[in-house]
Amino acid sequence: MAEHIHTKVLIIGGGPGGYVAAIRCGQLGLDTTLVEGDRLGGTCLIRGCIPSKAIIHVAGQFETMMQAAEKGGRHGLSLSSPPKVDLAETVKWKDGVVDKLNGGVTALLKRAKVRVVAGWATFRDGKTCTVATKEGEVLITGEKVLLATGSLPVELPFLKFGGDVISSSEALSLLKLPKRLVVVGAGYIGLELGIAFHKLGVAVEVVEATDRILPQYDAQLVAPVAKWLEKHGITVHLKTKAEGLTENGKALRVSGGAKAELPGDKFLVTVGRKPRTTGWGLENMSVDMASPFVKVDEQCRTSMKDVFAIGDLVGEPMLEHKAATQGELVAEIIAGKRRHFRPAAIPAVCFTEPEIVSVGALPSGGANEIVAQFPFAANGRALSMEAGGDGGFVRIVAAKDDHRVLGIQAVGAHIAELAGEFSHALEMGALLEDVAGTIHAHPTLGEAYHEAALRALGHAIHI
Amino acid sequence: MGVYQFRLPDVGEGTAEAEIVAWHVKVGDVVHEDQNLVDVMTDKATVEMPVPIGGKVLALHGEPGDMAAVGAVLVEIEVEGAGNARAAKPAAAPAPIAAKAPEPIPAPVAKVEAPAPKPVAAPQPVAVQRTMTGGKPLASPAVRARADELGIKLQYVPGTGPAGRITHHDLDAYAQSGGAIGSAAPAYATRDGVDEVKVIGLRRRIAERMQESKRRIPHYAYIDEVDMTELESLRAYLNATKKADQPKLNVLPFLMRALVKVLPEFPQINARFDDEAGVVHRHRAIHIGIATQTDNGLIVPVVKHAEARDIWDCAREVARVATAARENKAAKDELSGSTITITSLGALGGLATTPVINYPEVAIIGPNAIIDRPVVRDGQIVVRKMMNLSSSFDHRVVDGFDAAQFIQRIKGLLEHPAAIFVD
Repeated sequence: MAEHIHTKVLIIGGGPGGYVAAIRCGQLGLDTTLVEGDRLGGTCLIRGCIPSKAIIHVAGQFETMMQAAEKGGRHGLSLSSPPKVDLAETVKWKDGVVDKLNGGVTALLKRAKVRVVAGWATFRDGKTCTVATKEGEVLITGEKVLLATGSLPVELPFLKFGGDVISSSEALSLLKLPKRLVVVGAGYIGLELGIAFHKLGVAVEVVEATDRILPQYDAQLVAPVAKWLEKHGITVHLKTKAEGLTENGKALRVSGGAKAELPGDKFLVTVGRKPRTTGWGLENMSVDMASPFVKVDEQCRTSMKDVFAIGDLVGEPMLEHKAATQGELVAEIIAGKRRHFRPAAIPAVCFTEPEIVSVGALPSGGANEIVAQFPFAANGRALSMEAGGDGGFVRIVAAKDDHRVLGIQAVGAHIAELAGEFSHALEMGALLEDVAGTIHAHPTLGEAYHEAALRALGHAIHI
Repeated sequence: MGVYQFRLPDVGEGTAEAEIVAWHVKVGDVVHEDQNLVDVMTDKATVEMPVPIGGKVLALHGEPGDMAAVGAVLVEIEVEGAGNARAAKPAAAPAPIAAKAPEPIPAPVAKVEAPAPKPVAAPQPVAVQRTMTGGKPLASPAVRARADELGIKLQYVPGTGPAGRITHHDLDAYAQSGGAIGSAAPAYATRDGVDEVKVIGLRRRIAERMQESKRRIPHYAYIDEVDMTELESLRAYLNATKKADQPKLNVLPFLMRALVKVLPEFPQINARFDDEAGVVHRHRAIHIGIATQTDNGLIVPVVKHAEARDIWDCAREVARVATAARENKAAKDELSGSTITITSLGALGGLATTPVINYPEVAIIGPNAIIDRPVVRDGQIVVRKMMNLSSSFDHRVVDGFDAAQFIQRIKGLLEHPAAIFVD
């Protein structure tokens, strides 16, 4: 007879949605069990956001060193010989960062007295799952169930993962740099990784089926990235479709573009992610779907009583911070608080070259709209760290009648860190006058945001 | 550049003035030739006034509800070339009647190009209450969380902060004022404020007509019940066997035919009373007004010469003029000249009405709903299809006795419908 655990809260998935929910449940004194088949931390921590940022960081440092090794050096810095990359060492360091965070999550869950069961859960009904653990099968029944199974990279049927066809997960664990990398899909994951590999000395080409890169943003916001790609020789084949590898597996067959084949050692497929809705018994629960996602209401409740779902499983945007916010929210609802998921905005950050931040509404061209932008070329801090020449800017969208800030976007080096300030303004219901009336420290990139607000009001100082 | 003065043209039929119903342009607009400037209403027809020349609107004279005399300047337009302003000046243009001094309308704010490169006169933020106009309520996360906890929907909370932002204080005030702590939706909230609705256009015309009728005419109301069982059976039969091109029959054409049959015996009832001249015009033609509810209000289109129409034709013509009235397409002569009016609320139910006579007519007939009712026939209680028939008469020129006789004759025909068709 298998062990049967009865728990108040049963959470499936130890990613940023599930583990945050578990910690919050623990804080609220709820008996909580978390089931995770892989390592704690989820896609984001193990094979997504964090590892990619580590690789991007190293790639940036390498690029700077390469510039110093060029003839004449750079800004007075020079290297007598070009730097070398040992990707295995880089990945080891990256894994160290991941281990550290993974250990941190484990410790936090322990402190919150969450029971963590390692193994793959399969639901037999809405409230009970079996988990195959190392020690044998465990049966777990939860009074309340939280589904946080996350998402998977979308696989192209004619370009299945395996061998030299890799997803972002494998790309972040390569031990040797490819000579030529072909990226399929010019979304943010493909471009972030493609740019990083380019900086590490890999010849990168990008294939995109639509007519533009980063389609979730407007053309103006994306222009500096497009410019950077062009300047650095990363060819983006727009309106070009990948069709599969050639017979020898050394090139990608494409159609619609100038070329028929793009040679490569590795082929990185980043054409999106899909919710993980199979392989854990979802079909044995009777929850309604909002295809392809699990359908939830404003309290993350599924159609089944006391079954909640959060994160990538329940819809766009598939972002860590949305999952984590929903995780906290569900924990509090289970603890008897009244909560609703009604954010003013969910920020999105893109670690391309340069970086993009977008919060709230993009310009719509409506009559009751003020749009103003301020270029980093006129920001002292940006110029002092070579971040003024890439065409970056901060842009504010506000209502003309009452000056309420509706959206804030920025593109430029290092601006991802401004995301919090932007979101805060929207959550607080800031007016242009509120932003304009806040002293921004000099010299910082945030001054460009201040100036954009002043400009929207018709009196920017530095332009 | 010159100024073109657009004057209210003669809209025909001796109209001396017209009411401004709605402006379609405002000062500062650039209009093109044939664009609709303004709707004016004469008698019962609303007429669109297109502009004969393109240009920029400089001034509008009069507000909706004002009367404008024919020839009065309605709109001044800045046009290429000389315009017509100077030439027209000597001719003493009648000033708009009851026109207020043109409101000083502020010049349009310069359009803000996006991104706005130079200082613009940015409007001061107005404390608009977005919460009441459908936008997301503006409140900080802390306020939103507390509202959730209190079970208060922020849409209902008036915000006093900038741009209508809801503060903790606003939330407290709302909760204390009985905004229902603990219930998900405050079901009963007090409401304040009065909406002013200008009585203009058709509504004013209706108001004047009704006032006129009730002020001048001593109404005499008479109601009797009619057994419609036989007529209903005949009607069902005719509808079931009619030809494809024949209209479906309701009760109205039967009533019309009954009127046509009886009215010659009561010439004082098919009449228009010019009370100022002291003359009753007894009409030989029977033009039946059909009171019709439209989106804008009550209109009475007219079926002309009902005496010359068979029952199918009556039905067809009622449908045609009523549709024209509802679609605002009725010609002027289709809206005037009736000698007696029918007003039916049958479909809505109701026991009886005391209809208001369509002045200067002298009678109005109002059939009510037909319902199954128990009645006594030959000492037995039987179920019959009964209808109350309401009517009002101008007691100055129609005696009560004659009116009652007239209705009894109608009743007799309706109860024995074959008689309607027998000469």
